[in-house]
Amino acid sequence: MPLAKRIIPCLDVDQGRVVKGVNFLNIRDAGDPVEVARRYNEQGADEITMLDITATHEGRDTMIETVKAIAGQVFIPLTVGGGIRKVDDIRAMLNAGADKVGINSAAIHNPEFVKEASQRFGAQCIVVAIDAKQVGDHWEIFTHGGRNPTGINAVEWAKKMADYGAGEILLTSMDQDGVKSGFDLALTRAVADAVDIPVIASGGVGNLDHLAQGVLEGHADAVLAASIFHFGEYSIQEAKQHMMDRGIEMRLPAKR
Amino acid sequence: MSQKLLTIIDYGMGNLHSVAKALEAVAPQFQIEITNDRARILEADHVVLPGVGAIRDCMAEIRRQQVDEVVAENLASGKPFLGICVGMQALMAHSDENQGIDCLNQFDGHVHRFPSGLIDSHGLPMKVPHMGWNHVTKTKDHPIWNSIESDSHFYFVHSYFVEPHENYSAGICHYGTDFAAMIYRDNLFATQFHPEKSAEAGLQLLKNFTQWNGTL
Repeated sequence: MPLAKRIIPCLDVDQGRVVKGVNFLNIRDAGDPVEVARRYNEQGADEITMLDITATHEGRDTMIETVKAIAGQVFIPLTVGGGIRKVDDIRAMLNAGADKVGINSAAIHNPEFVKEASQRFGAQCIVVAIDAKQVGDHWEIFTHGGRNPTGINAVEWAKKMADYGAGEILLTSMDQDGVKSGFDLALTRAVADAVDIPVIASGGVGNLDHLAQGVLEGHADAVLAASIFHFGEYSIQEAKQHMMDRGIEMRLPAKR
Repeated sequence: MSQKLLTIIDYGMGNLHSVAKALEAVAPQFQIEITNDRARILEADHVVLPGVGAIRDCMAEIRRQQVDEVVAENLASGKPFLGICVGMQALMAHSDENQGIDCLNQFDGHVHRFPSGLIDSHGLPMKVPHMGWNHVTKTKDHPIWNSIESDSHFYFVHSYFVEPHENYSAGICHYGTDFAAMIYRDNLFATQFHPEKSAEAGLQLLKNFTQWNGTL
């Protein structure tokens, strides 16, 4: 009986609401984050990830309240990312009830921050988020929603972040994000095979078989998706059943 | 009737709020207090020792705040005591983490790292930390298992595991190797996984703990 692979619904949160756009356009409102998180929990989600896409201080305070509300009602791991730049940001999120934080651009500006955060709070709560795009025969890290290239090789960066104390990698393909044609499986596999910490595949899920492919072909330990769940296209149960039918070990929630 | 008191020992390590919130959800008859105050901990009806992070820092804080003495007194008092994750590992004699750290020696056992090079059922290398939901198989009929099925999934996140020297296992998990997911002795129970993050099964376990009188 092996370790189960995980399904992680992702909530993009702006000013206290779940939103989802396609390639950062056509942002649609997908509901109250507490309600959405509770629904996914009931459907058997293995974890919940929330990305704070708010750029304002007021929005950030709202986010902390949202984390508190979710943590009081949803008893599965909760990861919060977006705008985590300082040790104090991590502490604020953990104190609000998050279990892990996602660090993205702050790691690129200052890799030592990952080391410091891991030593202070433990590797188990440090998720390094990597946004990568294919450039020629390899993948490069981009910031600012895929606009700014960094010249950093994504696979090498993942290895470095693992060495620096990341407990997990959240890997998003900027080419695939919002396109619904499936994960970038070659990228996912290249990173998952290069590091000895768990890798979450993200970006591009349009149907349930994409989730299974992420594990079977991409070697991901967990798969993250947003829009296929938000708008009722598929439930988490259906996703798990499909993955189990493909021979993947999954956790089914206890019967009520 | 006065409210019962459950204290979560705060020695500055980890996210205690998750544990507190889960306990509040399942045990409304308890006052849940996060504290390192010796008197309050000794006064409590039930005590929880949580912990995340590195064992060296945990043990340093436990000793600096004299939590070691409080834990020893509590265990001797016969009141129900629950260790979680690093809180379980800290009860052992010794951990291999951080080049070797002596722990509380309340339990005759050692803490080892998962070996590298293990291969999973898909033929892929197994990742460390062991992170995610895994089965726990019941090895002892204990009140903490009430209304929980053997082989239920619980949420783990750890790179080190406990190997008790004596056979006090209440549940085992397999990740490359069998390891102790739950141990018990008298009024002590401890879990390697995080019940506060393990959805229904975890909440049931916490509820069982609050209803347990500390005897077998």
